[in-house]
Amino acid sequence: MEGGFMASNDPRAGVPAPGRFVLLNEKDNILVCAEAAKAGAAVEIDGQTFVLQVDIALGHKIARKQLAVGDRVLRYGISIGFITQPVTPGEHVHNHNLQSGYIAAHGRGCA
Amino acid sequence: MTKAPEFRGYLRSDGRKGIRNAVLVIYLVECAHHVARAIVNRAGDSAVQLIGFPGCYPNAYAFRMMKQLATHPNVGGALIVSLGCEGFDRSGLAAAIADSGRPVETLVIQEAGGTRTTIAAGLEAVARISAEAGQTPLVAMGVPDLVVGTICGGSDGTSGITANPAVGRCFDRLVAAGATCIFEETGELIGCEQVMAERAVTPELGAEIEAAVAKAERYYTTLGYGSFAPGNADGGLTTQEEKSLGAYSKSGDSPISGLIKPGDIPAGPGLYLMDVVPDGDVRFGFPNISDNAEIVELIASGCHLILFTTGRGSVVGSAISPVIKICANPETYAKLRDDMDVNAGSILTGQATIDEVGAEILAQVCAVAGGGLSLSEELGHQEFILTYKSFEASSPACLPQTARTGVAA
Repeated sequence: MEGGFMASNDPRAGVPAPGRFVLLNEKDNILVCAEAAKAGAAVEIDGQTFVLQVDIALGHKIARKQLAVGDRVLRYGISIGFITQPVTPGEHVHNHNLQSGYIAAHGRGCA
Repeated sequence: MTKAPEFRGYLRSDGRKGIRNAVLVIYLVECAHHVARAIVNRAGDSAVQLIGFPGCYPNAYAFRMMKQLATHPNVGGALIVSLGCEGFDRSGLAAAIADSGRPVETLVIQEAGGTRTTIAAGLEAVARISAEAGQTPLVAMGVPDLVVGTICGGSDGTSGITANPAVGRCFDRLVAAGATCIFEETGELIGCEQVMAERAVTPELGAEIEAAVAKAERYYTTLGYGSFAPGNADGGLTTQEEKSLGAYSKSGDSPISGLIKPGDIPAGPGLYLMDVVPDGDVRFGFPNISDNAEIVELIASGCHLILFTTGRGSVVGSAISPVIKICANPETYAKLRDDMDVNAGSILTGQATIDEVGAEILAQVCAVAGGGLSLSEELGHQEFILTYKSFEASSPACLPQTARTGVAA
């Protein structure tokens, strides 16, 4: 992909190693879960070890670094929204602390 | 590709070639739905397929879509079932089908004696139409004759790292081999407009692409919902743009040759983006109320087959064109493997690379084009939905390399 998008998505390029969290692009500040992980599991991120506070399901994201309110979250090296609450490395990043820069997502039932 | 695979295709009068020879039973209003469905069910032949339009009020988009679908290269003939008083232009539709050289008959329930007699007459008509469609000449057909569409449904956090980029690799190989590929849903490309515009073959087309995505954002903002379902969030996707970036990777790396609207048929090979969001003010509701509405639009633009990626696990197929299901998520694949043609979850479990899965999808495309059944076909899926929409004609800047063809509305 142009602009580095999906540049490092070849899993044999060493990405889904034990820990099973995938870095999709060097610029990213989140990792994507490639195999469900339980709360209490240790995860190594950039040479440091962190403990998961909650279960992380396949396809969900955790923070790669400390994130402050207003920080852009990068996936594939591109912004997927803004941080709404301070986030520590290894913390689950989802709709409780990440908001769209475009249109808000909705849940089940009537809005 | 090293050697170009060849298969048999049904030669149509406009020169296009089909990989299937369906006989459509088309109801023109919900009031004729039961009769049409009974004809299809009693015909008991998977090539006899039901499509229709539910509304009584006429709609230029629905008419054009129906015309493009009934004269699709995978279609050999059609039976039109009308109640009699609905607004759909049944004689215009019948004339367009007849002009294409296909057998067509029309039954009007109010004139044919009601439910029982119309079903009986319909079964006889379908037998005649099928016999005539069976005479369609078979000719050699290859990858350059194929139009392949892609859509994602039930996306999750794995879609954008497994199935979607694998389809992108398959698309790159198809385009390199001279095929036509179409990706779609500008509402699911919000956030990708700049990277996408850079891939356009001309700056003017790039500007049209950015304008189409801006239109989608306005449209969805008015409706109060993005193209984002609760299941997307369950699967780890948080925002519209995150879903978009994953969806975008289905397009691969080829230059974007044009921006089409539903029913526009690309005149030349290459990669095309379909703008599915209506023009003008919000009038008839959501651009596409479910995945099959998008599949129908891809087929109306000539797609012979559809590559459908799913993370949460969609099971749908389609009337007219086969749907090949590519499962992004290894947990979903384990649960729904009978519905999934390709397991792209193998990328996450380390058993295959994105390139290898891309090659597997391409092999499936060739097998299904050659007459092999996709799993959704085997399971009898023939979903179809068509609703009200309104579009303006595309600007010439949208198709810089090729003249627009197909039947105008």
